[in-house]
Amino acid sequence: MAAILLIEDDPLVRRGLQLALSRHGHDVRTADTGEDGLREFRSAPPGLVVLDLMLPGIDGFEVCRRIRAEGEVPVIMLTARGDDFDVVGGLAAGADDYVVKPAQPTVLDARIRAVLRRSTGTSDGVRVHRDLRVDSTSLTVSLRGEPVMLTPTELRLLLTLSRAPGRVFSRQQLLEEVWELDYLGDSRLVDNCVQRLRVKIEDGSGAPVYVQTVRGFGYRFGPV
Amino acid sequence: MTRRPRPRGLRARLLVAFVLVTVLGAAAAAWSSAGSARTALVTSTQQRLTEAVTGRIEAVVPELRYPPDRAALDRLRAAVGSNTLVTYEDMRSVGGADTGLVTRELRAAVRSRNALVTQRITAGGRPWLLIGTPVTITAPDGARSPSGIEVYAVRDLAGVERQTDGLTRSAVSTAALALPPAVLLALLASRSVLRPVRDLRDTARRLAAGDLGARLPVQGADELTELTVTVNEMAESLQTSMTAMRRMQTDARRFAADVSHELRTPLSTLTAVVEVLATAADGMEADARESAELAITETHRLVRLVEDLMEVSRFDAGTARLRLEDVDVTGAVRDCLRARGWLEEIELTAAEEIVLRLDRRRLDVVVANLAGNALRHGEPPVRVHVSASREQVRIEVTDSGPGLPADVLPHVFDRFYKADAVRTRTPGSGLGLAIALENARLHGGDVTAGRAEGGGARFVLRLPRDRDPEDGRAGWDV
Repeated sequence: MAAILLIEDDPLVRRGLQLALSRHGHDVRTADTGEDGLREFRSAPPGLVVLDLMLPGIDGFEVCRRIRAEGEVPVIMLTARGDDFDVVGGLAAGADDYVVKPAQPTVLDARIRAVLRRSTGTSDGVRVHRDLRVDSTSLTVSLRGEPVMLTPTELRLLLTLSRAPGRVFSRQQLLEEVWELDYLGDSRLVDNCVQRLRVKIEDGSGAPVYVQTVRGFGYRFGPV
Repeated sequence: MTRRPRPRGLRARLLVAFVLVTVLGAAAAAWSSAGSARTALVTSTQQRLTEAVTGRIEAVVPELRYPPDRAALDRLRAAVGSNTLVTYEDMRSVGGADTGLVTRELRAAVRSRNALVTQRITAGGRPWLLIGTPVTITAPDGARSPSGIEVYAVRDLAGVERQTDGLTRSAVSTAALALPPAVLLALLASRSVLRPVRDLRDTARRLAAGDLGARLPVQGADELTELTVTVNEMAESLQTSMTAMRRMQTDARRFAADVSHELRTPLSTLTAVVEVLATAADGMEADARESAELAITETHRLVRLVEDLMEVSRFDAGTARLRLEDVDVTGAVRDCLRARGWLEEIELTAAEEIVLRLDRRRLDVVVANLAGNALRHGEPPVRVHVSASREQVRIEVTDSGPGLPADVLPHVFDRFYKADAVRTRTPGSGLGLAIALENARLHGGDVTAGRAEGGGARFVLRLPRDRDPEDGRAGWDV
């Protein structure tokens, strides 16, 4: 279903996940180090990267940052349960989602599909909000005529928020709509994604225009 | 039997004893020296007065004619001095107002013994010395014979009495003067004795408070020094064994953390491949399919056990952190039960919408554990009741089973404690309640186990409402 690059240093885990994800219909390539993974990534960009954070050589955080610097390919990271250090670091490095190890392939597959679904369009057409133009059919965004490159998650978040300008979305609602997560979803996913989105579409003055924080409740789009 | 109140404390007792000994000693010494001085004074005065009387008699006697006439008696009396009585047979020559003090017994004694007799009496509140003596005539040939003349002299001893009173007063004042230095010395002595005792007490207190490095300086070679050395040795061995125990405990915990960490990698592989096995199981023959299903079930159990072990390790290492957010408690409990398909079996009642700042995932863990236990070990109906007071939020989970036996109750939160020794293979890891309790404590609350009114088990999770709202704001303000 998707071309996946799996970067994982333990050979047996790597092979096991490859077998299981292939069974779910994905085309899985593997790499055992961060350097190797980045080489694979550049030689043939995959549709999605599954990244273990604990890697010899350059670690998963750095790999994630470099992938993020090179494009909008979604990254799902594998982390140890409750290792908040990993989660915080991974999200800050630009990961779209995370799955706790030992990862059940069914769960991982569900996360992969949810991320990839974010790249599918709706038929809402084109909306213009001041300098921002959001095309929900072709899934393109431009700011003052310049195209803005967004990851599928950032795009889906922007589409969800901008579909109803002024409406306040709780983190919980955004987790369900954008990440397709249940009631235990990690609200830091939302906060990190909002931050990355703001870097791309706001003017950086510290007073966001498009994605605004409603303290104690969540986020809303505008009013612009 | 009543006990007399005794001075409390070593210092007071030492002080009292020391002062008593000093003052009594000083008083006794002063008293006895005053006594002997008085005796010596009285004796010498008496002797002086007696000698004066006899000397004057002897000076006059050779001039007396015998038998004497009244004039002779008067001359003799005048020679002896005032307050003198001279008798010869029926004749009396009296001079002075106080001669009436001469007693009958004195005169009897002088007559019968035919020698000088003295007597001390007290009359009119004053001491007196009575001297009585027969006058002896010495013939020209040297023979001595009694003349029949008796001389009685009455002498006032008040002056001596005044002197001896002065001695007694000085004895008392000597004893009194000894009091302040005695108190001072007693204080000094008690301080020097008590300082090591106080140091020992302070050190023992520090040890008791957990400062195992507390030691006493060792000086001198008395009994207290021996005690100090013993206390130091005791502290040393206490510290050694405590350090060893702590190290063992830390090692054990680190070992558990390391083991669970190491197990996670192979479990990742297993978790991945058993699913492949599961999808292929339908095409297998019966034995192989059953084996595959067992492998899948046990792998999931193992995963849960390792996850619980790692969770417990984080609590032990103190690295468990809260991620607080405002949570609708009733809604979160309902979500927890719904996600596990338990809403049909469990009766959920809640007073009102209760919003509390807490870690949603940890609340979910606790509720899932308590409700899961009730469903597994108790009997329906299982009830979950959410209520709130001003101070706390209570989540009460009750079942209608036999309840927890009294001997099990104190251990339900122990790690790997299983109430029924036979039923060792429950789906739980044996850490569930321990983790639930740790999670509650992390929120400043607790979980308690008891009996429900109907006889079933009842677990109550209490979460305080007045936690510092500044805790764990991570992820809120972007």
